[in-house]
Amino acid sequence: MATVVADADEAVAGIVDGSTVLIGGFGTAGQPVELIDALIRSDVKDLTVINNNAGNGRVGLAALLANGQVRKIICSFPRQADSYVFDELYRAGKVELELVPQGNLAERIRAAGAGIGAFFCPTGVGTPLAEGKERRSIDGRDYVLEYPIKGDVALIKARRADTLGNLVYRKTARNFGPVMAMAAKITVVQVDEIVEPGGIDPEVVITPGIFVDRLVQIDAVSPPAHAAAAG
Amino acid sequence: MQPTFDPSRPLDRDDLARMVAADIPRGSYVNLGIGQPTRVADFLVRDRGVILHTENGMLGVGPQAYGDDIDPDLLNAGKIPVTETPGAAYFDHAESFAMMRGGHLDICVLGAFQVSFDGNLANWHTGGLDAIPAVGGAMDLAIGAREVFVLMTLFSKDGMPKLVPKCTYPLTGLACVSRVYTDYGVFVLTDHGVVTRATYGISRDDLAERLRVTLKSA
Repeated sequence: MATVVADADEAVAGIVDGSTVLIGGFGTAGQPVELIDALIRSDVKDLTVINNNAGNGRVGLAALLANGQVRKIICSFPRQADSYVFDELYRAGKVELELVPQGNLAERIRAAGAGIGAFFCPTGVGTPLAEGKERRSIDGRDYVLEYPIKGDVALIKARRADTLGNLVYRKTARNFGPVMAMAAKITVVQVDEIVEPGGIDPEVVITPGIFVDRLVQIDAVSPPAHAAAAG
Repeated sequence: MQPTFDPSRPLDRDDLARMVAADIPRGSYVNLGIGQPTRVADFLVRDRGVILHTENGMLGVGPQAYGDDIDPDLLNAGKIPVTETPGAAYFDHAESFAMMRGGHLDICVLGAFQVSFDGNLANWHTGGLDAIPAVGGAMDLAIGAREVFVLMTLFSKDGMPKLVPKCTYPLTGLACVSRVYTDYGVFVLTDHGVVTRATYGISRDDLAERLRVTLKSA
């Protein structure tokens, strides 16, 4: 059952050294920056972080990396124009990288949340990223065996929640949120707004509250303009 | 109406984007890779009903956003602010990539370091020791879209062909590229070899010589 907590620090309380943390967002869209800031204040170490990227600029995930809290990052696209924090740590051998094709990243997380033991996927067959993985031909097509990616905790951002944890997102900030919410022991969600049950049309709920453990309202820095239609 | 191009000079970037746009069938679902392929969007005529997909969870991507239209929650795969078109839809990453792998996406247009004559694609990693690899959605798109068009220069900066008998860079996908649009020529990759649809600024014989391949005529 979802619990509404007072602030971001309470939302990330109890995360221990060595945890695997799923962090939502594609670049900066949907990145739960305030939850990451709380993680930085908590000073937990030795984290394995799963995100599509490896941080932008010096805020959010990049700041977590810069603070030396991340041992390993699993992502699809670390190298960007503004990924200089990661680039420097990686070149200095201070952070481990596991590169995963983006769709495999999403599906492996989804599989963890859906109780799938492993799945055969055509992506990457014959490439270096499939080396050493079990390969099978099914109906004349080659596939690679991929295993789920589970999190101890997921930190995601959504537009609005009700107090039961039902979530709606906003535009392309949805990205990894729904699959990550399913795939962690504890799912922590920061939202712009929390409403009472009934305040979200059940037909437009994207992540049902069963997947959510902790909710915290963070006042939006840039208020979304056209979110009302989302319910 | 199909645009026409002067065969006596190489195609420039806008020519190439215009040509690819004109070759995309009416009503297609299309993913444009980051960088040069994104330019194709500028030449897609709205009444053709082509719907653009972006891997980060959207169908119906509109033109780039500027000024007051910039919304930090509305980005394309290159993290560039974009707009939405009427009838756009948002979805999560697993669904977005199901659209690729599941064979629902008609065409993707990608850049490349190298393409082999039999359609292997190398576009994610130079293999350099100091290079930080990044793959993004390239491998999923390469094997997922029904057709993969590559948009690239035919020769590298040091003059080496990028359409090659065998890729030397790490592969993105096997036997996945169907067409290659370049400044010096447009090529259709078939089970029976490389078919040259047209050449620009070079004769067919000179091109075959530089590529060291027998080019079939379209």
